[in-house]
Amino acid sequence: MNVAMSTEKLQMMVFAAVFGALLLASGIAALLKLRLPVGADTGTIDNLNARTNAWWMMVAVLALAFWIGDGGIIALFAFISFQALREFISITHTRRGDHRALVWSFFFFLPAQYFLIGIDWYGMFSILIPVYAFLLLPISATLGSDAERFFERAAKVQWGLMICVYCISHAAALLTLDIPGFEGRNAQLILFLVLTVQSSDVFQYVWGKLLGKHKLAPAISPSKTVEGLVGGVLTASALGAALYWMTPFNVWQAALVSLAINMVGFFGGFVLSAIKRDRGVKDWGTLIEGHGGMLDRVDSISFSAPIFFHIVRYWWA
Amino acid sequence: MIERFLAGFTARFLCNLAKLITGMRSFWQGEGPVPRLRVYYANHRSHVDFVLIWAALPPALRAQTRPVAGADYWLTSGLKRWLINKVLRAVLIDRRPERQGPDPVRLMAEAIRAGDSLIVFPEGTRNTGDALLPFKSGIYHLAQALPWVEFVPVWIDNLGRVMPKGAVIPIPLLCSLRFGHPITVAPDEAKDAFLARARGALIALAPPEA
Repeated sequence: MNVAMSTEKLQMMVFAAVFGALLLASGIAALLKLRLPVGADTGTIDNLNARTNAWWMMVAVLALAFWIGDGGIIALFAFISFQALREFISITHTRRGDHRALVWSFFFFLPAQYFLIGIDWYGMFSILIPVYAFLLLPISATLGSDAERFFERAAKVQWGLMICVYCISHAAALLTLDIPGFEGRNAQLILFLVLTVQSSDVFQYVWGKLLGKHKLAPAISPSKTVEGLVGGVLTASALGAALYWMTPFNVWQAALVSLAINMVGFFGGFVLSAIKRDRGVKDWGTLIEGHGGMLDRVDSISFSAPIFFHIVRYWWA
Repeated sequence: MIERFLAGFTARFLCNLAKLITGMRSFWQGEGPVPRLRVYYANHRSHVDFVLIWAALPPALRAQTRPVAGADYWLTSGLKRWLINKVLRAVLIDRRPERQGPDPVRLMAEAIRAGDSLIVFPEGTRNTGDALLPFKSGIYHLAQALPWVEFVPVWIDNLGRVMPKGAVIPIPLLCSLRFGHPITVAPDEAKDAFLARARGALIALAPPEA
């Protein structure tokens, strides 16, 4: 199968399958709504509908980026990073003295990170933010001449950049890997990552709604249950295993890699929930109807992308 | 004719631009935007504060809502003068202590009697700190002159961080506006009591500090 099918054709097939799944989801949602008694509470169904409609849009944007090619994919993830960073900093308390550091983050480090990925300079994009931004941002913040809660502020700006730009950019960075026998097909790795991890979120939602009883840590996220976690991660890992033909992995490798990224992705969502809880907000933003903000949608990607990148880089590239 | 079209176009353009840059959202407690004579009063962090409040109002209300602005800042160049007079249709007041012209409170009251709502910043100047500054007494005297007018507190969140005083490059943060319940002055209410109440109503809209 690998050899016989061209990358373009395979991608088109994958997107066709995803659109088919969405069609099914929309159909089920419409049926559920139809069967509901008049006057019944439609909250859950409406939320399901809003989520499904937003998925149509998101998959359409993703398909467009893949159709454009590597440049489109890099631009898409750069935009995702931009919006996520914007949401992150918006609910984080920064002071007047941080202005300079924020200008550097938005207008230098974010574009530079994606530029370095675009020109395939691994040695630089892998250290730009953890080394250079880590040192430069607090320096520019001190020039703002404000020592109040300095330590805390430095950490917040740094971590925003780390999660929203550095981590998310590793999804686009999959394009730079040289995998013997897999040349010209790297975009499929991104598709594999996004499909597996995002489906894990969907399956968690479904399993949680169907069977969820035992809350995992209600103080952090009231909607996450043990049943949702186990069911979601296992189902999504099975899906990942079934998608092995898109990747350089065999079935078992695909299953194990999926399990790893789904677990990390789940806890990524958890960590970002803790930050939201700490700041007293329910969602990161309102960009995506039914999902909240960009960061609500890509929280699991932000944690799983660098792990996935390094797994592939270490064992396959 | 052409100038009016141009002014209207510029106003819409400014509102849309402000919405685009700040991803602005507005939340109304109690009643939403209703066609009633009101004084919107807000915290003041940037020169474009009132553009955001304007942008949050439906176009019909926007056309009947005028910002109150300092003449010293806005009359310093031709473009600013055109913007503030023709596009934003501001009530300009002279903030100099040695002013000769009409009393600011009288100017504001006249505008309201003529059928327009107002946007005011009772801190009197752009605030560079974290806490809300004490209020100037203008809104108390205005409330006494027109006791039937509703004062609506509006908390503008994040805009001061987008473009703090003295900054050149804006940070594209997401801003939000919280409109609180309207308050009116009580017949025998003292100045300090009213100002404290108005200030408290505004502070109550602020998100928790952390």
